[in-house]
Amino acid sequence: MGGLPLLRISGMSKGFTMHLQGALRLPVVSHVAFEVAAGECVVLGGPSGAGKSSILKSVYGNYLSDCGEILIRHDGEMVDIARLAPRGMLEVRRRSVGYVSQFLSVIPRVTAIDLVTQEGVKWFQDREQAEARAAELLTRLNVPERLWNLPPATFSGGEQQRVNIALGFIGRHPLLLLDEPTASLDAKNAGVVRDLIAERKALGHGLLGIFHDPAMRDAVADRIVDVTSFAAVA
Amino acid sequence: MTMRDLPLLEIEGLTHFYGAQLGCRNVSFDIYSGEVLAIVGESGSGKSTLLNCLSAQLRPTGGTIHYRMRDGSRLDVYGAGEAEQRRLLRTDWGFVHQHPHRGLRMGVSAGANVGERLMVVGERHYGNIRAKALEWLGKVEIDGARIDDVPNTFSGGMQQRLQIARNLVTEPRLIFMDEPTGGLDVSVQARLLDLIRTLVADLGLSVIIVTHDLAVARLLSDRIMVMKGGEVIETGLTDQVLDDPHMPYTQLLVSSILQVGA
Ligand SMILES: Nc1ncnc2c1ncn2[C@@H]1O[C@H](COP(=O)(O)OP(=O)(O)O)[C@@H](O)[C@H]1O
Ligand SMILES: Nc1ncnc2c1ncn2[C@@H]1O[C@H](COP(=O)(O)OP(=O)(O)O)[C@@H](O)[C@H]1O
Ligand SMILES: [Mg+2]
Ligand SMILES: [Mg+2]
Repeated sequence: MGGLPLLRISGMSKGFTMHLQGALRLPVVSHVAFEVAAGECVVLGGPSGAGKSSILKSVYGNYLSDCGEILIRHDGEMVDIARLAPRGMLEVRRRSVGYVSQFLSVIPRVTAIDLVTQEGVKWFQDREQAEARAAELLTRLNVPERLWNLPPATFSGGEQQRVNIALGFIGRHPLLLLDEPTASLDAKNAGVVRDLIAERKALGHGLLGIFHDPAMRDAVADRIVDVTSFAAVA
Repeated sequence: MTMRDLPLLEIEGLTHFYGAQLGCRNVSFDIYSGEVLAIVGESGSGKSTLLNCLSAQLRPTGGTIHYRMRDGSRLDVYGAGEAEQRRLLRTDWGFVHQHPHRGLRMGVSAGANVGERLMVVGERHYGNIRAKALEWLGKVEIDGARIDDVPNTFSGGMQQRLQIARNLVTEPRLIFMDEPTGGLDVSVQARLLDLIRTLVADLGLSVIIVTHDLAVARLLSDRIMVMKGGEVIETGLTDQVLDDPHMPYTQLLVSSILQVGA
């Protein structure tokens, strides 16, 4: 695809030093280099433990990469988030890069619909519009309406996961990171996520994802980047 | 450049010794409007010393603190007179203590505790003061019928919420908190944390919060500073420092939390 680059990683390495285990050095990936362009969904491939999540978390600034560049398009410029102060990273997260995992971090006392609406308010003109969109997403993801006005803390794992997907997809971040958001979802809901991804691509957004299920991966991926090619040598 | 692009508080080389005993050493950082910073570390690591120095309550042995006033001017906090420091602490800043009796006047009514700070900023009309006090009791979820009761008759959680109302009634820009949930039952803590989280977001407050509880830091803060032996040993985005800690001591802190939770 020839779209505008939204993410460009080059020469990036990530490993861990486990100080509680005698400063054991655990190299994970090195010389990582790839791009995500507007309108495409790139999927990270490779077996469990290869470092797929570590790459995604480094792009979100949740992990600190050891070296190299991680450029994200933000306010029309490519910003190196590997060298960004916390305040800058929060701005990039607010407007340019979103992250959906399979787990919802529950905030006590906030209802499901409010949780999703609050995120939507950052992106839509007014609260009504955000709430309408939140309701639409929860409906599409088959979250029963009787649950909307309850805090998700007591929901089942699957219900929380679908609220979390609504939360991730109500935003309009031009770059969206997906860490197995469909793990253990039933086929119907996995299909909804597939549609949501297609809609974002049509908006010219870029997605970088991890999908365990081969059928899902093949259905959404424009390209697969094999993470084992970045395997770090100990 | 707007005022939001300029730091609210600038700390440079802050050091404090109690005689020969080190309190904190060579701490430097900036706080911007709307940021929530957590200071974490074990007991005795210098968190309270640092917070007391930052909030103009303990003159540091060395270093400087500058505060951006509402008019945009930059105040050298310890270069200013004590009257100016006191005025800041009673109006533009707030301080929530771990022990409510240090932040409240236990012998006067809840309404008076909240109203007192309004009077400091020049409000004289009794009806206005009472109405405002009632409004703030509501915001911190204290039944308005308790307005004439003294805090001694309140539960620990209510006393903390009253302390928060007393601090916020003057619409401060910067709040310091020292272990605000310490010593409370877990369920009471959860409610207080939720209230703090909501108020901070709604009012766009800047907060510097000291806690030894990493779960509190994760819930409330954007940024974190880890202290050990009086020095800052690791800083960064809260989720990054907690999920990918680099220093041996931070890894120990994070792992001992995991064991407690398991
Ligand atoms: N925060 C962390 N601290 C220490 N090791 C980690 C951390 N996160 C991941 N790892 C290790 O990095 C390696 C890659 O993990 P991960 O990125 O989760 O792989 P994948 O997503 O491909 O399964 C694993 O050995 C894992 O144990
Ligand atoms: N008033 C004081 N006089 C002498 N030493 C003090 C005083 N207050 C604190 N200290 C010492 O300063 C160090 C830091 O204490 P403190 O700031 O209270 O740590 P924390 O709040 O992290 O528990 C400790 O060694 C403590 O014993
Ligand atoms: Mg993974
Ligand atoms: Mg202390």
